[in-house]
Amino acid sequence: MNVPAALEGFDSLTSGDTVVAQNIAFGILSVVMVVAALRMVTTRNVVHAALYLVIVLAGAAGIFILLGAEFVGVTQVLVYIGAIVVLFLFGIMLTKAPLGGVMEMTGAQWPIAAVVSLLIGGVTVYSLMARFGSDRLTSDGPIFRTADVSDEVFSTYIVPFEAVSVLLLAALIGAIVLARKD
Amino acid sequence: MLLNQFLILGAVLFAIGVYGVLARRNGVMVLMSIELMLNAVNINLVVFGVQHGVVSGQVFALFVIAVAAAEVGVGLAIVLLLYRNRRSINVEDFDLMRG
Repeated sequence: MNVPAALEGFDSLTSGDTVVAQNIAFGILSVVMVVAALRMVTTRNVVHAALYLVIVLAGAAGIFILLGAEFVGVTQVLVYIGAIVVLFLFGIMLTKAPLGGVMEMTGAQWPIAAVVSLLIGGVTVYSLMARFGSDRLTSDGPIFRTADVSDEVFSTYIVPFEAVSVLLLAALIGAIVLARKD
Repeated sequence: MLLNQFLILGAVLFAIGVYGVLARRNGVMVLMSIELMLNAVNINLVVFGVQHGVVSGQVFALFVIAVAAAEVGVGLAIVLLLYRNRRSINVEDFDLMRG
């Protein structure tokens, strides 16, 4: 990934191959994301969980921009934070049980779930450390602009793109048919 | 920046999402945890695209976002239908197909 032009003259901000400013940004983003994700799966309030999901998704958008994928980052904000979270809030609103008080949010099987997720995370992190140990992110690769992304979508991936269009139409019709009242 | 710091972030987020899917009882919360897992995958796709100097990683991430949008639409419609028919979105109540 190329160093932003503004940082190139700053020797104090770059030491060797490591770009300190990007690492600081990554550190802040990743800590915020992990904490918000943990709160999301442990909080008892469904609406709070949706708002924690917003924090995680915004952090992921920041990570995408940090990696130079600005179109994916903006799409993340528009589609996820703009549309999907609103859909979730509507779902929460429409399924709020009118009586019976606050439902216990976590099932009795949570210790098993914790063990399973720790196993998955542990094995994945271990194999990543074993395989990619201290590989550096390529810092002299090409920069992809939005035009490059759209060129790729509308040439190499034109058939999957059309398939996704049909999939979205099918999902739209399916959701209407499922949620229709009659 | 190390390649691994992004991959490990993705792995940790994915594991948290797995916990959410398995432990939560609210149907909407299960769908939210699935979104978390899809996001972890997106981070991996983009970072490998950067590492290999190809734009396909970003394109795949865009496809995953589109499929996630479709999945949430249908998933929430199913949850609403379940709520309308059973007056509950507790996933433990829906054991009609238990063997």
